[in-house]
Amino acid sequence: MKSNGWFRGLALLVGFAFLYVPILSMIAFSFNNSRLVTVWDAANSPTLKWYRLLFDNEQILGAAWLSIQIAAMTATGAVVLGTIAGLVLARFGPFRGRALLSGLTTAPLVMPEVITGLSLLLLFVSLEQLIGWPSGRGVLTITIAHITFAMAYVTVVVQSRLAGFDDSLEEAALDLGARPARVFFSITLPLILPAIVSGWLLAFTLSWDDVVISQFVAGPGSSTLPMVIFSKVRLGVSPDVNALATIMVMIVAAGVVLSALWMRHQERRREREMRMARAAEK
Amino acid sequence: MARPPDNSLPHRLSTGRFGPLILLFMRYGPPRWSRYIRSQWTGSRLVIAVPYLWLLLFFLVPFLIVFKISFSEVQVAMPPYAPLFDWVEDARRLIVTFNLNNYLFLLTDDLYVSTFLYSVKVAAISTLICLLVGYPMAYAIARSSPAIRNVWLMLVILPFWTSFLLRVYAWVGLLKNDGVINNLLLGLGLIDEPMSLLYTDFAVYVGIVYSYLPFMILPLYSNLEKHDLTLLEAAADLGARPVRAFLSITLPLSMPGIIAGSLLVFIPAVGEYVIPSLLGRSDQLMIGRVLSDEFFSNRDWPVASAVAIAMLLLLVIPIMLFQRYQKRELEARK
Repeated sequence: MKSNGWFRGLALLVGFAFLYVPILSMIAFSFNNSRLVTVWDAANSPTLKWYRLLFDNEQILGAAWLSIQIAAMTATGAVVLGTIAGLVLARFGPFRGRALLSGLTTAPLVMPEVITGLSLLLLFVSLEQLIGWPSGRGVLTITIAHITFAMAYVTVVVQSRLAGFDDSLEEAALDLGARPARVFFSITLPLILPAIVSGWLLAFTLSWDDVVISQFVAGPGSSTLPMVIFSKVRLGVSPDVNALATIMVMIVAAGVVLSALWMRHQERRREREMRMARAAEK
Repeated sequence: MARPPDNSLPHRLSTGRFGPLILLFMRYGPPRWSRYIRSQWTGSRLVIAVPYLWLLLFFLVPFLIVFKISFSEVQVAMPPYAPLFDWVEDARRLIVTFNLNNYLFLLTDDLYVSTFLYSVKVAAISTLICLLVGYPMAYAIARSSPAIRNVWLMLVILPFWTSFLLRVYAWVGLLKNDGVINNLLLGLGLIDEPMSLLYTDFAVYVGIVYSYLPFMILPLYSNLEKHDLTLLEAAADLGARPVRAFLSITLPLSMPGIIAGSLLVFIPAVGEYVIPSLLGRSDQLMIGRVLSDEFFSNRDWPVASAVAIAMLLLLVIPIMLFQRYQKRELEARK
């Protein structure tokens, strides 16, 4: 397969250039002095003035703080529900309604956001009419909506992690008399911890990123960061958004690299333990 | 020494009025009752119930409400639609007002028909471009050495973790009339006047391909990685050229990956809202935008609901195909 080496190199070069040039150009222009986002003012650049402008913008900072809170609540809720759903689908064997549950957990993965947003808003309006809850829309309704679509991702991550292990350890613990809750906390949970951590981060990102569903279910005074950015960039490009994007890309890049390193460390430790266990068997 | 009162559940159950009955059940109940109760009764039912109830309430019921409202008539009130079921006290009967006007309106109004066709066209073309860009990348990653493979994969996934909105916004700066691409081409002397790239179909294709490329690459990679390379060696030994070997071995084997990746791009692309709003034409909207305008600007909830149901009908076959793939994929890992 040496003959098509040049082709593979070209495919990777073109593909990654396509993926990264826009992000890099955004980062570069965040240090540009000119008000015109696309003209490089070589004399006075690089400058940090857009970053200063960004940190003086109360509206953006407030929205960012709100988004962080919603994303943290969403990630925690989605991890709890998604882990349970993944566990049920991977371990509980056949039960009545399993097909429906499995369908309900994969459908939000591909459901167009406008449909999810519209249907949840109509649900909240109907519920408010019927039982008076939730009164009005705001942080609570946004969080519920985000948990609903984020838990689908967590479910898939946890389920596929569980499918990678057979249940002999859990069976053994049950046979030795451990209660199911005990089995879960001392055996299953440590095994799927990497999946739970990446599920939490994924849910956090999905919530932090969402604009369409939030627009449907948000109320007055609960504008998340993406909603503020969206209304800002709809009117045209603005350099402080470039600065914001740069900060976010940096945080994410650091986070992804760190979590990849941590996951590799965990994986290695597990393999070493497995090897030692096998050596002890002999 | 006084023993602490026995508060365990079996004790409490067996001291009530039905105590003897419960004791009898516990002794002569189903075989291996303790294991049975532990795994089949309270715990597992409760555990199943939690995500089930959540998804029923916040995912399934909302669709039924959308479905219901799509048959209502619009009226000036809050909420702005007429009730479908009306209990008339005097007549002692339930009056069901079931009208199909919203759907007839969608079918007869040229705006909606062309919006649907346009959305499907944009999604299909974007999916095709995504496949043409993503397949070679997935192939190249799957055939690299295992050590470097993870680095490539991380680089594919990394943009997915950064804000989707900001990544689409980055293209505004690139594609504008005085944007980076036009300035570059003008500077190189390749064009004399700026090309209009932004607010075109082209810009929407670029935005969708750019945003959804990881969704195409990952299923393709996980398929291509599993291929048995000795098949290709055998083909080469028998005299097949690489192109022939690719067309008759690799391509057919990677069909499940192609289908999964295409569905993951096509389905959300049909309902895409942000990308066409920032990069697309203003004279031709996509369904997602029309639905949102119908709801927020016209306050016509029934028609917005009918648009949502029509979109779902359009996507129901792709969604079911995807679910079948997802189920097979998760079960194959066992």
